[in-house]
Amino acid sequence: MRIKLVKLAHARSGDKGDTANVGLIALREELFPLLAREVTAERVKEHFKGICHGEVERFELPNLGALNFLLHESLGGGGTLSLMTDAQGKTFSTALLRMEIEIPDEEAGSLRLSDGPN
Amino acid sequence: MKEKIRIAAGQGFWGDLPDAPVRQVEGGPIDYLMLDYLAEVTMSIMQKQKARDPNAGYARDFVPLMKQILPACVERNIKVIANAGGVNVEGCAAAVRQVASELNLGGKIKIGIVTGDNILDRIDDLLARGIELRNMDTDERLITVRDRIQSANAYLGAAPIVEALDRGAHVVITGRATDTGLTLGPMIHEFGWGNEDWDKLAAGTIAGHIIECGAQCSGGNCQFDWQNIPDLANVGFPIAEASADGTFVITKHDGTGGCVNVPSIKEQLVYEMGDPHEYITPDCVADFTSIQLADAGKDRVRVFGVKGRPATDSLKVSVSYSAGYKAVGTLVYAWPDAYDKARAADRILRARLEKLGLRFEQLLTEFVGVSSTHGLLAGEPSPEISEVQLRVGVRDNDRKSIERFTKEIAPLILTGPPGVTGFAGGRPKVEEIVAYWPALIPKSEITAKVDVIKV
Repeated sequence: MRIKLVKLAHARSGDKGDTANVGLIALREELFPLLAREVTAERVKEHFKGICHGEVERFELPNLGALNFLLHESLGGGGTLSLMTDAQGKTFSTALLRMEIEIPDEEAGSLRLSDGPN
Repeated sequence: MKEKIRIAAGQGFWGDLPDAPVRQVEGGPIDYLMLDYLAEVTMSIMQKQKARDPNAGYARDFVPLMKQILPACVERNIKVIANAGGVNVEGCAAAVRQVASELNLGGKIKIGIVTGDNILDRIDDLLARGIELRNMDTDERLITVRDRIQSANAYLGAAPIVEALDRGAHVVITGRATDTGLTLGPMIHEFGWGNEDWDKLAAGTIAGHIIECGAQCSGGNCQFDWQNIPDLANVGFPIAEASADGTFVITKHDGTGGCVNVPSIKEQLVYEMGDPHEYITPDCVADFTSIQLADAGKDRVRVFGVKGRPATDSLKVSVSYSAGYKAVGTLVYAWPDAYDKARAADRILRARLEKLGLRFEQLLTEFVGVSSTHGLLAGEPSPEISEVQLRVGVRDNDRKSIERFTKEIAPLILTGPPGVTGFAGGRPKVEEIVAYWPALIPKSEITAKVDVIKV
């Protein structure tokens, strides 16, 4: 089934110059391996097409059940140079949570996931 | 030696809740209050203030705050660490000393003054000697913006703060210093950690990273179960309860709102993070992938297992420089066809700017209420959407072009699509852009200076 990351993780984003960083944190520890497998840098770059104009780097923090993504050239120059409403990239966190991944139904079942509203 | 010390964060950024530091002092037992007054380009503002008035150039808000809390701090031996000194640390200290003596605290406190961060007067000398101060993001050489530089400061670490505390300071005022150093300094002072105790230094650094944004680790801006976070109106700012062995607990005062739990701490840990293996500070390199978290009761999270590595040979430098002008104009369009009207207004505006022969380095249109935060990911709005804000921004080095742009917004009210409002702010303001230039400088080039004065 297809499932949005918002059902699997919470996130926080910030900025470093023209780069937005998005930390993606598994809602439950047992969801981390799924995130680590499916939320690749390539897929995140594709998801942010038109927003992220540079490379996407990915780092893993298994101790926190988290992934950290750096989205280069995403903030219109960043800081005071940017004209964007979200020049600090603070809403990139929830933008990432819109992303969908595909998981086999048995795995979804064993992780107690459903694609319903809650 | 104390077994545990409680370091309270009083401010997450310059412009945070004014009462937060007072509530930290009054809300329960703390040993240290740390305050961050410097955003990235704050120094340029302070440099301008000092150019107009040699007695200015520091965070003015710090002085009335001291007037409010200094008596309680002296009575309960709470020490204050703040980077409020800006580009005039001595001036800030003098103002605090004045306040202290007016409060009859003469003979009772010492003020630590940490300087050596300001390298504005040394730029030409540094460049001449081949220290290029290249931009860490773009690799450009600083000389390309030489005539536009407004401030230049190295980030000092914990060491000078430790020295000030070792020499008896009750209030330590710095210029540019790392936020993490403001928290780590007290730990090194109290626990006698060596400057090569990498794991402990990393632990203190991480405690600093967690509390440096104030309530952003204690329920503020927290996505996890946000609807059930209690009483954010009275959110408690965080307190790091640090132990000599390098472990610590993040908590907040009893009776305050917000929450401190593993999810809220995790969100702050990933905030503004680059490579988690290598969180570089003047004092050490901390490995965020070593951090272990555990629930330790209501609104208490224990942090342990932290590993660190030796510090690098460089310090980060923040240079601020003039980078042109910008302006942003907004108008709100109401149902029906709010989005269509907003887009039509944008087309009309752009056609007029084109006809005027105006060119901008950047011209950005956003539709707030539709796609200004998530862009293409937002999809099409509902046709019944009640209102849409048209937001157009321009940036260029030519001030006149920006000024001319600002005169084209209000006319759209009488010369553009209907159902428009939200112009009460008047003509948009032209803003001078001060941009941030991060660079590295060898540590050997910077010598921190610590003075301790008696009130």
